[in-house]
Amino acid sequence: MQKLNEMRVALICAVIAAAGVIAAPYYIDLFQIMQLTVFAAMAVLALSLGFIWGYGGILSFGQTSFFGLGAYAYAVAAINFGDSTGAIVMAILIPVIFAALLGYFMIYGGVSDVYLGVITLTVSLILFNLVNSTAGDFYKIGDARLGGFNGMPAIPTFNMPGDPGYILSPEQAWTVTGLALIVVYIGLRVLIASTFGRIIIAIRENETRAALLGYDPRFYKLLTFMIGGAIAGFAGALYVNWGAFVSPTIFALGLSAQIIIWVIIGGRGTLIGPVIGCLLMQWMVTAIGGQQALDANFILGAILIVFVLLVPKGIAPTVVDLVKSRLPKAKSDTANSNAKVKA
Amino acid sequence: MDIAIIVGLDVISGIASLVLISAGLAVIFGMMKIINLAHGEFLMLGAYATVLSVSAGVNIWLAMLVIAPVFVGLVGVIVERCLIQFLYGRLVDTMLATWGLSLVIVGGTTMLFGNTIVGVASPLGGFSVGEYQSSLYTPFLAVMAILVMTGVWAVMRYTRAGLIARAVMQNPDMAATLGVNPARVYMATFGAGAAISGLAGGLLAPVAGVVPTMGAAYIAKAFITVVGGGTSILWGLITASGLFGFINQIAAFFTTPVFGEVILFIAAVVLIRMLPTGISGKFFKGRL
Repeated sequence: MQKLNEMRVALICAVIAAAGVIAAPYYIDLFQIMQLTVFAAMAVLALSLGFIWGYGGILSFGQTSFFGLGAYAYAVAAINFGDSTGAIVMAILIPVIFAALLGYFMIYGGVSDVYLGVITLTVSLILFNLVNSTAGDFYKIGDARLGGFNGMPAIPTFNMPGDPGYILSPEQAWTVTGLALIVVYIGLRVLIASTFGRIIIAIRENETRAALLGYDPRFYKLLTFMIGGAIAGFAGALYVNWGAFVSPTIFALGLSAQIIIWVIIGGRGTLIGPVIGCLLMQWMVTAIGGQQALDANFILGAILIVFVLLVPKGIAPTVVDLVKSRLPKAKSDTANSNAKVKA
Repeated sequence: MDIAIIVGLDVISGIASLVLISAGLAVIFGMMKIINLAHGEFLMLGAYATVLSVSAGVNIWLAMLVIAPVFVGLVGVIVERCLIQFLYGRLVDTMLATWGLSLVIVGGTTMLFGNTIVGVASPLGGFSVGEYQSSLYTPFLAVMAILVMTGVWAVMRYTRAGLIARAVMQNPDMAATLGVNPARVYMATFGAGAAISGLAGGLLAPVAGVVPTMGAAYIAKAFITVVGGGTSILWGLITASGLFGFINQIAAFFTTPVFGEVILFIAAVVLIRMLPTGISGKFFKGRL
């Protein structure tokens, strides 16, 4: 029953958010709309890690691999197809295939969390080096030159499906990106409430027990990993649509770390947490960009350390706990359940 | 024939540099089962310590072989006391915290020294094989790799500290019951691992561009080597470095260094599928 109520609250929030997205261009100037567009694209990326880490228990340190692959797949396909609709499909498909291959070797190999983190991180490092080295005419796919370190400029942005001549205006691109964020959020919500969602949470909680109940943890983990890859790839397409540009820095370590930071400060095991964390950090990084005294990496690293040491649950769950502890009845409830867990 | 010798030298130097850049990471991973994501930054700090000492007029050998490891070793002990000790038993959190540390060190170094390449001249001359030229520094690195390995082995095998370290490695609870304080062993291990990384960084300084972000160029290979090797410090490191160094150099010779790295990575992922706990998890279980 409580689950149903939560679902209803989430839906109402989503409708309000969607109304806000559609209304925003009438009230906010274009520069800020552009800012919000990239924030929303990044929030989709945050959701991809929030889902596979918070619910699937898979900590990928290289979620940028799928983000970057999606961005490059979109760029190459959009230049070749001349139409963004098929390109968006490619931006989801290629990362999913890559996630399936990589995930098969890691998850079916049964590697530990530590190994999985290291391997995913290494993948993003190697993709960075690889794409970096693709300068020159030799490296082109169809009409699209990969451009190496300089990246790919002038990538076609989203057009109306079926009508390549009708390019979306920045305001329309914002509406698409903002609504995409909400759709991904609701989609994940529904997925988590489904049987599949309950199985992956069961696996996160106790892999052996889930296996004994007849669910193959490897299969479900691989599916989770692939869904995460699909969402990250989609976020990559949204990101390219924002800037019409992609370069190898999309695979860089700094961004990989930022995604983790978004999820950690927002809160693992929630979906709204990563989105909040992402928006907060994006806003802060933009603010830091304006000054010279402190290096952005320095601040990001310090935030990561502080949260891991002091607020390991993240903002959203901590706030929820605080609110609950204010209500006397709920407090004894949580105390009891905590005691049970410890016992 | 000459080309075969040169490729052979390349393979040896590839293996030697893998051993050097991975040894510190392997010591920490083997003993504490954690991956230090700030490993690349420890290498970088070693390189900076060397470059700054040399430009302050210190002899380059002293700077590379003494100052760099001592300085980074101290950094390692401080990091363990201020950060790692609070996270024992939380493997993933340790990785996250050391990743944060890595960003802090990169950012801090950039603020102090700027994002420019500094360097020192390579101290040894060159030699020629037929029409090909090579640097004497390459065989020197190979000798240093062997010395580091022998040193780790000798300390672990013949000293009391090594005995305690091996005991904690095998069973920390049992060692604690026998009066050993695992926390202190871990502190010393982290310091030692950092010192070895510092030494490797110092040795790399003459052949690498020393920048605050230089660590990222090495960690991919170091991580693959340690993960492929598994938790046994010596055997895992030697077998993984040998295998991966060989694959990497041969692949790089026929394609490009970047594709060499890609092929190395694919080989490592396939290996991990077959041996999820690394080479040593299968063949050298429980050995050093």
